[in-house]
Formats: sequence, C-alpha cells, structure tokens
Amino acid sequence: MSTPAGSTAAYTSTSRTARLSAGAADYFDERFGAARLVKGFARKVFPDHWSFMLGEIALYSFVILLISGTFLTLFYVPSMTLVTYEGSYAPMYGVTMSDAYASSLNLSFDIRGGLLMRQVHHWSALIFVAAIVVHMLRVFFTGAFRKPREFNWVLGVVLAVLALAEGFTGYSLPDDLLSGNGLRIIEGVILAIPVVGTYIVFFLFGGEFPGETIIPRLYILHVFVLPGIILATIVMHLALVVAHKHTQYPGPGRTNDNVVGFPLLPVYAAKAGGFFFIVFGVIILISGLVSINAIWNYGPYDPSPVSAGTQPDWYIGFVDGLLRLMPGQPEFTLAGFTLSLNVFLPSLVVPGLMVVALLAYPFFEQWVTGDNREHHLLDRPRNAPVRTGIGVMAITSYCVMWAAAGNDLMAVAFRMSINDLTWLLRVLFFVLPPVAFVVTKRICMSLQRKDRELALHGHETGRVVRTADGEYFEVHEPLTETDRWLLVQHETYRPLAIPPKAHQDGSKPSAVHRFRANLSNFFFEDRVEPVTPRELAAAQHHGGLEALEQPTGSEAERRELTSGP
Amino acid sequence: MSDIQLSNSGQTAADEPDGGRTPVRFRNPGLPAHRHRNADVDPRAAKRAEHQVLAMLGLSALGTIFFIVAYFAVPLDGTFGTLQLSNITLGLGLGTGIFFIGTAAVHLAKTLMPDTEMFDERHPQRGTQEERDDAAAIMVQGGQESGLGRRPFVLGGLVGAAALAPLPAVVLLRDLGPLPGDALAETLWDEGVRLALDPSAEPILAADVTVGSAFHVIPENLYESEHFLDEKAKAAVLIMRVDPGVVQYDAEREGWDVDGIYAYSKICTHVGCPVALYEQQTHHLLCPCHQSTFDLTQHCKVIFGPAKRALPQLPITVDDEGYLVARSDFLEPPGPSYWERG
Repeated sequence: MSTPAGSTAAYTSTSRTARLSAGAADYFDERFGAARLVKGFARKVFPDHWSFMLGEIALYSFVILLISGTFLTLFYVPSMTLVTYEGSYAPMYGVTMSDAYASSLNLSFDIRGGLLMRQVHHWSALIFVAAIVVHMLRVFFTGAFRKPREFNWVLGVVLAVLALAEGFTGYSLPDDLLSGNGLRIIEGVILAIPVVGTYIVFFLFGGEFPGETIIPRLYILHVFVLPGIILATIVMHLALVVAHKHTQYPGPGRTNDNVVGFPLLPVYAAKAGGFFFIVFGVIILISGLVSINAIWNYGPYDPSPVSAGTQPDWYIGFVDGLLRLMPGQPEFTLAGFTLSLNVFLPSLVVPGLMVVALLAYPFFEQWVTGDNREHHLLDRPRNAPVRTGIGVMAITSYCVMWAAAGNDLMAVAFRMSINDLTWLLRVLFFVLPPVAFVVTKRICMSLQRKDRELALHGHETGRVVRTADGEYFEVHEPLTETDRWLLVQHETYRPLAIPPKAHQDGSKPSAVHRFRANLSNFFFEDRVEPVTPRELAAAQHHGGLEALEQPTGSEAERRELTSGP
Repeated sequence: MSDIQLSNSGQTAADEPDGGRTPVRFRNPGLPAHRHRNADVDPRAAKRAEHQVLAMLGLSALGTIFFIVAYFAVPLDGTFGTLQLSNITLGLGLGTGIFFIGTAAVHLAKTLMPDTEMFDERHPQRGTQEERDDAAAIMVQGGQESGLGRRPFVLGGLVGAAALAPLPAVVLLRDLGPLPGDALAETLWDEGVRLALDPSAEPILAADVTVGSAFHVIPENLYESEHFLDEKAKAAVLIMRVDPGVVQYDAEREGWDVDGIYAYSKICTHVGCPVALYEQQTHHLLCPCHQSTFDLTQHCKVIFGPAKRALPQLPITVDDEGYLVARSDFLEPPGPSYWERG
C-alpha cells in the first residue's frame, strides 16, 4: 500500500473510485476467491431467444411470491378460532367467522396496500404456474430435455407438481366459502383412496372435516415446507443450467459445441435483471387494476351453502374438469368395502399417470432413438413430427379436461343443456387427442416439405420467362448459404428394421427388441429427410440451374429487343 | 445402443455414389456478418437512447413518489366504480416505479451495451478417460479404507440401523388425528331432533312448508355441539314439499315423509359439495360443483353426473307441537364414499 517516491503523479491520476473498487476487489478475493468466480462466470455467454425468458418469468414470479407472501404473513392469522368480525367491511360486520378469514378481510380493507399485496400474491401465483407450464412446453417441443438434460427435465416436472401443491395450499388459507368448498372436494377425493383414505383424512384434518387444524397445517406447508423445497429444487435446476450451459436454436455459426450469445456481465445482468423488474411491475399493475379472488363476496366457510359457477384456480381446473366428466358408474362395493373409482380415477390416478408420463418421456424417447449423444442444439418442432404430435395431443387432452371445469359456465353462456355439453366433452376427450396428433404430425411434415422445396429451389420471384424455344418457366431465386443452413442443418433418424417373429435358424428376437423396433417405426417411418448437397446439386442441374442461368440470357435478349429499331 | 441410424450425419462420404466428390453434409456457413445498430454508428441515436433510458428512470422515480403520496393521501374506503381507489393508486404508483426500472435496464442493454456475438466452447459432461480412471481408483480406495467390505456385519448393521432410524418420524405422526371409527356414519340426527332453519336454528312447523318450497335445514341442537361445523358438514339437510304422488311409492320408505315433505342429505355423495340447487318444476337437485343431478321423484337417485349413490333420505315426522322432527339418524352414512363405508 506504500506509494513509492516519485510516482505521485501516477497516484493522483488514479481516480478515487478506481482505488476503492480495487480495494474492495482485493478484500473479497482474499476472503471468497472472488477473482476466480468472476473469471469463471462473469463473461459466461448466454444465447438470446424470447422463448428462453419463459423460465425466467417462472423464477421471477416465485421471487415475487416470496416478497408479497412475506408481507401477508405479517397480518394473516392462520387460525380457525371463531371470532366476530368487527372490521370496516360493513356487509360482514358482526358475522361469526374464523380468524383466518377475518384477518384476510382486514388485509383487504384495513391495511393500506394489503389488498394490493394479496392481489400481487394471487396474480403471481397464477402466472408462476402458467410460466412453468409454457416453459415446459418450450423445452418439450424443442427437445431441450435430451441428453445431458434429462434430469433437469425431471427436476422441472417436480417443480411443476410442487407449484400446484403450493398453489392449492395457499388457495385454501383465506378460509372463505369458495376455498372451503375446494377443501371439501379434496376431502372427498382423499376419502376415495382405497383402504387408507379415511385415515389420511382424519390425520390431515385432525379429525373430521373441517376440524380446527387444517388451516394452521396448510399454512406451515405453504409458507415454510413447500417454498423451502421449491427453492432448493430451483437452485439445483439452475445449477444444472450453468453446468450444461444453455441450449441454443440452430442457425449459422451455432454448433453443438459452442454457445453463441452475449456475456452475463454486463448484457445479461442488465437484460435479465431488468426483466425481473418488468415482470414485477406488470404483475403489480395488473394487481392494481384487476380484482382477483374477491373473498369478501363469498363469506366465511360453512359446509352448507355454495355459490353456483364455482371454479378452482386455473391450474387445478383440469382435475376438476375430469371429476365432472367422469360418469358415476364405476363405484363398487366389494366384500363390504367401497371402491369409489368414479372419484379415485379422475382425481388421483389420471393426474398421477400424467406426471409419470412427463417424468418418463426423455428416457422413453432416448430408448426409442438409441441416441446417447449430447444435444445442445434445439430441434425445430417440425423436424420432430411425432414428438410434436405427442405434445399437441397432450395439450389437447389437457384442454378438454380444463374446458370441462367450466362446463356450467359454458352451458349458460351458450344456452346449451349442461348434460349435452358434458356428453360432448366426454366424447371429445377420446376423439380430439388422436385427431390432434395426426393433424400436427401432418402439418409438421408439410412444413418440412416446404423447407425442402425452399432449400432446393429457392424463392419464387413471380417472374415468368419464355425462352427462345418457347419454353416457359418461373425464375427462382436461390437461397444464400446462410439462409439455407437453418433448413438443412438437422438430422433425421431412420427407423430400425422390424425383426421377423422368428429367424430362419429358429431363434426368436426378443419381444423387447421387436417392440422397440415397432416404436422406432412409429416415430420415424414417415419422415422428410433434409436436403443434401448432392440433391441440391442435382436440382440445380436438372432445371434449377437453367433457371438460374437463363434469366441473364433472356434479359439480354429483351434488352436487344427493346433497343432495336 | 449403437444401432442408431441417421440421415444427414455426414459419416461416410466414400459410400456415396459419386465417390465423395460432393460433401454429404452442408457445412455450417458460420455467423453472418454483424449488423450494427443505429446507436453504434450514429452518436445522435446513442444520445437519444441515453435520453430514453433517463426518461424511463425518471418515470420510475415519479411512480415511487406517487405511491408514497397515495399511501398517505388516499383513504381506504374510497372507491372507483367497484374497485378500491387505494388499491388502484398504490398499484399504479408501485407498478410504474418498478416497471420502468426494468425497461430502462433492458433498453440500456439492447441499445448501448455491446451486441457483438460472443462464443463459448462447450465441453462434454463426460470426464476424460484419465479423470474417470482416477475417480474410479479413488472410490475403490475409499471403499477399501473404510473396511466395510471386509466387515460385512458392520455394513449390514449400518444399513439396518439407518433404515430403522426414520421410523420414529412416522410414529410421531400418529397423533395428527383420531382414528376414524364410525364418526363419518353418525350425525346429530336422532329420534325426536327437530329440523331447524339454517343458519338461525329456528324449528320448522310442518304447516309452514308449502307445496313447492324448499328449506335448508340443520338439526336444532347443532350449535350446542362443540365442533358445530364438523357436525354441519355431515348433518346438513334439504327439505322439499311436493304434491302427493309426485314421488314414486316405495314401501321401504313408508312413513319417512310428512304429507309430501321429504328430507334428504344436502351433502353430495360424490365429493361432498352441498347439493344446493333445487329445480322446483322438474324436482331435480343439482350439485353446482360437478353437476351431479338427483331426481327427487325417484328418491334422489342419480340421473346425471359423476355421483353414483342416491342422496340418503332422513326419515321425518311431526312432534306434538307440529314441528318437523327426525325419526332416526340417516340409515346410511351421508356424504362422499369412503372405503369402510360398506
């Protein structure tokens, strides 16, 4: 720290800020190894694409949930003790209600900014789950779940399930009529679990429904246990993103072995940090202007009344819709015990299978393709027609379930019989998904054919030219190497040959091998292969090339004609 | 699995018919030439962007100040249409204050920070062969030094004890709640318990129930119960009076109604929502949660929707003073199905 004699000029030219930051850098490096961290991470390159911001929205919504939720805990009382409401919301004055509901009303009417924070919390919860779902769709349709990211997909599915649980536990806390009826449905659903259902209900509710302990129990799950697990899972999720480096879309200059983009410092720090404020700001603006979950309209929970047109939060809608679609017949009494499949199947078995399918898909697809290379370049959805078809099929069946949760409102809006509408949705539940699969797969392949056409023959120019021999053709403008690359860069898998049932020597191929070969054919039998350089050369030779060369000739001809006498 | 076959993978050019003169695969043309932004080439554009960023930051500051003023100045009982005025002003102030910090940062990054593409190399997750060999050697050495391989009983004991250790955590959960017993099958209804209006608990005179009317009913003694919500969740009843002959005759239910006044459990046999809607003309009861529909004329049999069982009927009669009373508890458990229900 000593200043050598004679360097006073150099010393004064160093600005005060520079000296301070050098000192700080020194301090942190000697204690935290900051230099190594900065060198390793600060210039890490991230690729740019709007669809990469979907996961960011989910992350930021979670942070906003933590911030707004902390404010709410300062005033909310997680207790089912009955009190008489004496707050400033006149219609409820003197009504007997739980402390939980009374404190939620106080938050809305007697705490300045309390309603805003409640609405910020609710809106960001809805956006949190929505962003997770859309982010998962992006990851699915672009094949970002492929090796080495299979387990990050698994963590993502776990996060989605945790988000649903976190959402539902929070939804129940105000203890209003709507959320209480939601809890009652949960009770009915748990009761339908064979053998242990009744016991789970009594342990969960501390006795009979509704009891006096469910709200404090859901509260600790909601504000401590689940957020803790979610936070830990997010940390692992992001650590894997850093370890793997982000995937990127294919394009000129982008390969499976590089990342093309902008550095964390300063560009991504500013963009991603700024985006947090944008998401937060938009959610606050929505919450200031658009009312959500007006609990004061519903009244305190009471097992006897219910309002018509009850709806859960959107992300629970698919389960509620399935409950509505399922006919009542499959409830049996066997040897003195009741098996309520009409409730158990739609509310627990089907959602459980959906989660299993999500968890398993990356491993399943890898088993079918037999591809164990690392993939860092994303697929364009059209270039994986069967996967894209499966994804759209899943979205379609989800949407039918989801729509079913609004069957009563739709029946009113469209003046339809609710019975007819329910039957229609029951039929659509089975019919629409396969149709969606086939249509999507065909659309993908058509798009691939269009890509081939474009890569081979270039853009139509609309200029029709007649040659000296009287032949007509349209001039095509070939693509540049850069423009063509996106259309030709991908690979397609070729299906495995299906082995015969028995070989000539009498030995039989294993059933598993045959099954896998069949699946491979299901995935890759119909395929449009990308243009190869040879095909391009051939296309240019057999017509394309003339088309490219002729115009100059005819151009010259025309000039001759117009400049003639 | 090494049976993967790919098109366009560029493995073996020599296999191609033209002997490899044409490449099998297109070559990646590399990054296109960088296109400069206005602000990179025009100092005035850069200055303009800078001013835009500053303006956004100014808006943000205004929003924050507006929020603080609104917090103290706007009373909580003020309204704007049906909305709380305080909520709108606080939301606009805070939202603006935060939103424009975000747009300023993003605008700064997009217009004034360098946008030249950079490259990072990727490295496979898999370690080098040397690293893998070293790791394997370390694991083997660690295993050997632990000595557990030579002392199988220690290993077995460790696994066994560790497997047992979490059991107390499960046992500790036992007191989360009582065992169900018959609780779900028993309600407050009993012989002589008066039917009373929900929620006032005033008893109901049979004569007051006119044809076509429906009442939401609780047991008169409901509020004497310590956990009256738990009891109400099982005992809620709907009574309806219909013209004689509307409901099909059923010998087993002879004498369960009072001159066409029928009492049925209001708790849906599907998942327990209140079956709160009575269609007077069709004598149908509808659960608004999942639309199970019950037909009163057929003793509340399910005629549509996800419920399977009919709503349990409460046998009723009148007492000496003319009030409606229960003849007994429900003859089967009301509410959603459960395993031990039978």
